[in-house]
Amino acid sequence: MEKLTPQAIIDSFSKQLGDGFVSGSIYEREVAVKKNKFRSLWVEVKKSAFHDAVRHIFKFQEYPHLAIISSSDLGTEVELVYHFTIYYGYHLEELSLGLRVKLPKSDLKIPTITDLIPGAIFTERETQEMMGVEVVGIPDGRRLFIADEIPEGVYPWRKDETGPEKFLRVLPGRKPKGEDKEGQR
Amino acid sequence: MAVGETEKLTYSIPIGPIHPALKEPIQLMLEIEGEKVVDADVRVGQVHRSIEWLGMNRNNPVQSIYVAERICGICNICHPFCLVIAVEQAADITVPDRAEYIRVIASEMERIHSHILWAGVAAHEIGFDTVFYLTWRVREEIMDLIEYVFGNRVTKAALQFGGVRRDITAEQLPRIKKSLDYYKSIFEHLGKVFLEDKTVRMRTRNVGVLSTEDALKLLTVGPSGRASGVPKDVRQDQPYSAYADLNIKAITPDIVTGTVVGDVYDRIIVRLLEVKQSIEIIEECIDKMPEGSIMSETKMPRLLRRLTDAAGEGIGRVEAPRGEDIHYVRMEEGQSTLSTWKVRAPTYVNLVAVPTILKGMQIADVPIAFASLDPCMSCTNRILVTDKATGRKSVVSYEELHRLSVEKTRELQQ
Repeated sequence: MEKLTPQAIIDSFSKQLGDGFVSGSIYEREVAVKKNKFRSLWVEVKKSAFHDAVRHIFKFQEYPHLAIISSSDLGTEVELVYHFTIYYGYHLEELSLGLRVKLPKSDLKIPTITDLIPGAIFTERETQEMMGVEVVGIPDGRRLFIADEIPEGVYPWRKDETGPEKFLRVLPGRKPKGEDKEGQR
Repeated sequence: MAVGETEKLTYSIPIGPIHPALKEPIQLMLEIEGEKVVDADVRVGQVHRSIEWLGMNRNNPVQSIYVAERICGICNICHPFCLVIAVEQAADITVPDRAEYIRVIASEMERIHSHILWAGVAAHEIGFDTVFYLTWRVREEIMDLIEYVFGNRVTKAALQFGGVRRDITAEQLPRIKKSLDYYKSIFEHLGKVFLEDKTVRMRTRNVGVLSTEDALKLLTVGPSGRASGVPKDVRQDQPYSAYADLNIKAITPDIVTGTVVGDVYDRIIVRLLEVKQSIEIIEECIDKMPEGSIMSETKMPRLLRRLTDAAGEGIGRVEAPRGEDIHYVRMEEGQSTLSTWKVRAPTYVNLVAVPTILKGMQIADVPIAFASLDPCMSCTNRILVTDKATGRKSVVSYEELHRLSVEKTRELQQ
C-alpha cells in the first residue's frame, strides 16, 4: 500500500465521510538531537460516520493497531478517542491516529468495532463498565475489571453523580473531597 | 458447558475503580477435555488500585509520576516515561537532549533486567531450577548497576517533567562499562543454555503458537508479537526520546532460525536477542550523549504553576519490556490534576490472545505458554478446571499445575 502524508490522510477522511467528518489536525514535535518528528493525527468524526471511519483506516494499513480507547467526561457529553497506529514496522514511519467521537450523555451508544478488529474486545468492555457507554453489538459484554459487588450504574471515570465518590473510604488523616481542614464544607 | 457459565470463584477483594497494571493476579478459566485445553478465559481485576482515578481526582501531575512508577514494579521507568512524554506534549515542555539520552539508558537497563528475570521464570516453569538460579544470579549485576546509577534497585524516581533527576557522571562510566562487558561475556553461555538444550527445545518448540495473522488481529504487542513475526517496536517505528536518533530494528526470530513459528521457543529467541540489543543501545547512548543540563525547569512551584495553567492533550508511547505502553493525558486550564489519564500497559492487550494460545494444548504446557507472554504468572495462583467428560469442577492450585509441568519435563528427559 502506498503511504500517504498526514495531510492526505485527513483529506481522504474528509472525502470519504462527507458530512460525517468534523475536523482533523496534525501534531508534530521534534525530539532529541536529530530533530526527527513525532507525528500524531487527530480526526474527529460524527457518531453516525464512526464505523465507516474505522473501516476507512483499513485503506492505509491492512491491520491497523488499536492501542486503546480513552474516554473523557466533558460535562454534557462523553468524548471517546480511539488511538490507532498505522504504517508501523518501518523505521520512524509510524503515525498515531486518534479517532475522536463525541457522544451526548442522553445517548451513550457506540457501535462495536470487534467485527473489524477482534482484539478491541477488552478495551470496549472496559469503556462500557468504566464510562457507561453502551457498546452496541459487543460479542462479550461482561465486566472486565470492576468486581461484581459494585452495583450497576456506577461509572468510575465519570465526573457527575454516577461517579464512584460514595464508595470512597475516608482513611485516617484524610478529609473527604471538598472539605477544608476543619471538616467544613 | 461454556466457559462463561462455569462456577464462579468466590473471590471478594474490596477494590476501587481501576485500571490494569502489570504483575497482576489473573484468573484463568480453562475448559478441558481430558488433558487437552478446549477453551480458556481470562479474568482480571483483582488488584486494581484506582491509579487513573487518583491522577484525575486527587494528585497533581508531579505526584502522579511517582504513582505511575508504582503501577508496575518491573516497568518502573516505562510508565512514568509514558506519562512525562504525554504531559510534555500537552503542556509543551521541552526536554534537554542529555536528559533524553539518560531516559533511554534507564529504560534499556530496565529491559535487560526484565528479560533476564523472565528467562529465569520460564526456566522455573518447565522445572529447570538450576537455570532459574543461574539467570537470576546473572540478573543481580544489572540490578546493582541500576542502584549504582539511579540510586535504587526498583523505584528509581529518575524522571521528571522536562528532564531527569539524576545525571550520569564521567566517574560512573567505567562501572557501567564493566557491567555491560560482563553481560557480553556471558551472553553466549546464556544463549547455549536456552536455545541449544534438547529438553528446553522439546518443551518450548510448537508450544503456545500464535500465528502472525492472529497476533495482528488480536493486537499483540512487544516480544510476544515480534516472536509471531510482527515487526512492531515503538523504538523503531515512532520517534520518541533519544531512540529517534538511533537506528533500531525490531527483532523477529527469523534472524536466527530463518522461519517464524510464533511459539515459546521464538519468544525466548526474541527476548535473548533484545538483551544484546539493549546493551548495544546503552553503549551507543553513552558515546553519543551530549553535554548540557538535565532539566528544563528546576523550580518545583514554577513547574506546578505551569502544569496547572496548561491545556491540551498528549499521548506517550514507550516500548516497555513487554511491549507498547501508552498513556493518554488531557489537561484543562486551572485544574491542578490531570483531566483524563488513560494508562494501557502491554499485558492488557497481550491477555486478549491468551485463549487463542492455550487452545488445543496440554494442561502441563499451560504454565510455560502463559508465562511466555510475560504476564505475572506467580500471581496466577488458581485455575478453575472443568473436566468435560465428567462435568467435575475442581480448582487446581498453581503448585499442582507447576508439578504437572515439571513431571512432563522429567518424562521427556527419560
